[in-house]
Amino acid sequence: MKRIVVLAMAAMLAVTALTGCVTKAEGQADSTTTVADSDENVLNVYTALEDEQVADYLTEFKEQNPDVTVNVTRESTGVITSKLLAEKENPVVDVVWGLSATSLLVLAQEGMLDAYAPEGVDRILPEFKDDAEVPTWVGIDAWETAFIVNKEVLKSNGIDTVPTSYEDLLDPKYKGLIAMSNPASSGTGLLTVNGILNLYGDEEGWNYLDKLHENVAVYMHSGSQPAKATAAGEYGIGVSFGYRCIQSAEEVGSDICEAVFPKEGSGWDLEANALIKKDNQKEIAKKFLDWAISDNIMKKYATNYPIVATGVGDNIPEGYAKNPIDQLIPDMDFAKAAQNRESILETWTERYDAKSAEQE
Amino acid sequence: MEKLKQKIMRCTKEDIVRAIAIYAVVAFLLVFLVCPLCTLFVKAFQNKDGAFVGFAQFIKYFQSKSLIQSISHTFFVAIMSTIISVTLAFFFSYALSRKNVPCKGFFQYIGMIPIFAPTMLLGIALIYLFGNKGIFTALGLKVALYGKVGIIIAESIYCFPVATTILMVAFSAADNRLYEAADTMGTSTLRKMLTITIPNVKYGLISALFVAFTYSFTDFGAPSVVGGNYNVLATDVYKQVVGQQNFNMGAVVGIILLFPAVLSFVVDRITNQKQSAAINSKSVPYQIKPDKKSDALATAFCICITLVMVIFFAVALFASLIKLWPYNLTFTISNYDLTKIASGSGFTAFKNSILISLITAVLGTIVTFVGAYMIEKNQKFKTSRRIAYFLSITPLAIPGTVIGLSFIMFFNASQFNIPFMDGYALQNPFHGMYGTIWILILANMIHFYSVPFSTATTSLKRLDKEFETVSESLAVPFYRTLGKVTLPLCLPAICEMWVYFFVNSLVTVSAVVFLASPTAPIASVIIVSMEGAGQTAPAVAMCMLLLFINLFVRLVYEAIRGRSNKKK
Repeated sequence: MKRIVVLAMAAMLAVTALTGCVTKAEGQADSTTTVADSDENVLNVYTALEDEQVADYLTEFKEQNPDVTVNVTRESTGVITSKLLAEKENPVVDVVWGLSATSLLVLAQEGMLDAYAPEGVDRILPEFKDDAEVPTWVGIDAWETAFIVNKEVLKSNGIDTVPTSYEDLLDPKYKGLIAMSNPASSGTGLLTVNGILNLYGDEEGWNYLDKLHENVAVYMHSGSQPAKATAAGEYGIGVSFGYRCIQSAEEVGSDICEAVFPKEGSGWDLEANALIKKDNQKEIAKKFLDWAISDNIMKKYATNYPIVATGVGDNIPEGYAKNPIDQLIPDMDFAKAAQNRESILETWTERYDAKSAEQE
Repeated sequence: MEKLKQKIMRCTKEDIVRAIAIYAVVAFLLVFLVCPLCTLFVKAFQNKDGAFVGFAQFIKYFQSKSLIQSISHTFFVAIMSTIISVTLAFFFSYALSRKNVPCKGFFQYIGMIPIFAPTMLLGIALIYLFGNKGIFTALGLKVALYGKVGIIIAESIYCFPVATTILMVAFSAADNRLYEAADTMGTSTLRKMLTITIPNVKYGLISALFVAFTYSFTDFGAPSVVGGNYNVLATDVYKQVVGQQNFNMGAVVGIILLFPAVLSFVVDRITNQKQSAAINSKSVPYQIKPDKKSDALATAFCICITLVMVIFFAVALFASLIKLWPYNLTFTISNYDLTKIASGSGFTAFKNSILISLITAVLGTIVTFVGAYMIEKNQKFKTSRRIAYFLSITPLAIPGTVIGLSFIMFFNASQFNIPFMDGYALQNPFHGMYGTIWILILANMIHFYSVPFSTATTSLKRLDKEFETVSESLAVPFYRTLGKVTLPLCLPAICEMWVYFFVNSLVTVSAVVFLASPTAPIASVIIVSMEGAGQTAPAVAMCMLLLFINLFVRLVYEAIRGRSNKKK
């Protein structure tokens, strides 16, 4: 008899467990917030800043907030952006730190960001933040297209000139020697493409990219990878961004590698911060955003980038031009770039991702 | 009702324990293998908003030229790597089992090294060897590395150990009487090879071919490093899912990845069933006859193979210990500073990886052993046992990529709509595991389930059935026999299962690359992202650390096994 009771109880338990799980459907899946915790001691950050910078920058925040566990996900701009878009209904992340303004505008269009004015936001120059009185995003610095040229590799291919402009890159002698970042995954890749489209106009711009494609050996995952691989002698020219080109060239020595800013001007974008809109927003998230534009950290950004959101610093890092703002292509329209992001990436992928494989 | 009551009354306490155990194993596999796969299938027929779209996603996929091309690329690369790796493994294991080669153990162990490291390591080592500034390139050996060549070389090395293991087993089962007869008839060596040796290892060979094919067809690590613009399915899935967060298209590619794997699985099953008849009790083990010429040739071949392995891993070690290849070759150990990499989370990732591997190894061994025991040493629950057996060997056919994808889709959903009951949905009780290390542990347990399961089954089959019969007639409950007799006797097998789970969980990328999160970073995934950011040297260093840990675990295992063998 006892056995029957035990079994019956087990059966009942199973049934209640099952029925307990059935609830009224709330629209589509992914709508509850079980993942998002409201623990003030845990801060989830998404960033596209450079890996070695993140660790260095964060030291101060960690010192000031020893009890807080900061979980940083660092990936290329494209990956971080898609991740955020995919998690729209149920965001894990609390703040976005150092993501391209173009991407943040896409998120803002999706209604994923909350306006927040961090402490000291008045110091940030108007063109470096959202127009609204309480801005949805606040910039920290700007970064721009640059080339890294491995003179040794070029020499071994019988070339002793250094390309100095976009136009130069089309020279057939560079065929198979150029590495560029893939705009679908890399923010640098996207700003370079946007810069070229802005410079040449849409039609001419795509024509240019078609021709450039003839010379490109590989499209890489991140903005850094072309520079790193070129500095390691795998390619002759890496289309990357200023900081990485200068840093990589310095690492291997100026006799081997040289950072070059294209004559026509560089495509550029801002790295900016924003607060994610979610039910259980944390105080620590706002505190993080305050810290992320504080004086100390701004100085740190300025050691790596010549143009920070409070203006061009007095000590321009070595390797950049005296007036770095002149290097940037004027009138880059980020709102337009954000609106066209998807179609540009689609066109790009269709033209070059498929074609590059066809040549095999 | 009366019948049921009687049936229940007849149950002993032992039966209830058995029932719970077998149902628990079946439930485990249903929930964590079948359910996620179903979610994947459903997703493939939905659009981004979750509406049913039939084959629309598939049609869209087959209209994209670049994606179609990936299919032919993947087949090409997989077939080439399979042919190369299995051919090499065939001669390697032939030399080791049929020829007088000195230091066989040494050769065999060196040949195993590739399974202890993430496949990215093979790709990176290739760059140092054959890249534009590679060591061999400098010596004048120019190879168009990036693309198919690089992938094929890396996959061939990756598949070599598995193929060798399978073929060694196949070669070990030979009937010397056939060779004696052939010798008396004066049969030529070539003829003996073609008429006796190859037919003899036929099934092992087929099995090796298919396993190598599945491995190279679905590997992600090597193509992500040396693939260049040569797209393959595994990197496509990654681009679709991680790069563009297009889960539905990812699901479509996942299903395409499943086809060859399932096919090879079916073939493997069929050949396995036939294999048992090859040897009978009258067979005489093969006797190696010395033959100076061919022995020397065999030894030379083994030396070549091990040399390749040693070069690969020596180069990787070297790469991890220098400042900046190729321009600054100063010695440094700073690449091993885990606190400096991956935005400071390198050390956490490393710790997580070890923790996950340990837990996977312990839980995985328990579940697979209990499963195998309940299926093997049990007369009741015939249907459940059959289902459990089928589900236990299924993971062998599922590529890691597909497991990762189906897991992310299954665990990420907070609720499932119940068909035909509009407005009601089933809460997903496992949603909370999303973003924790538990989802990684479960993925590894399922991914590597089949091999330890087979190990357990084989070792249980070897035990005399009398143990159970005797204990039953003496009314000793089965769990006492299990604890006192079966477990101690199966201890070597259990250790082997444990090591298998540990080693594989530590280096796997394909499944976990979709599941690791900021709250639970792991080493192998961090290696992928470091490589993607161009930080090659620290990535190699991390690979080497994982390799060292695996070698250490393996050596400890060998030491324990050697000791217990001596005791006997």
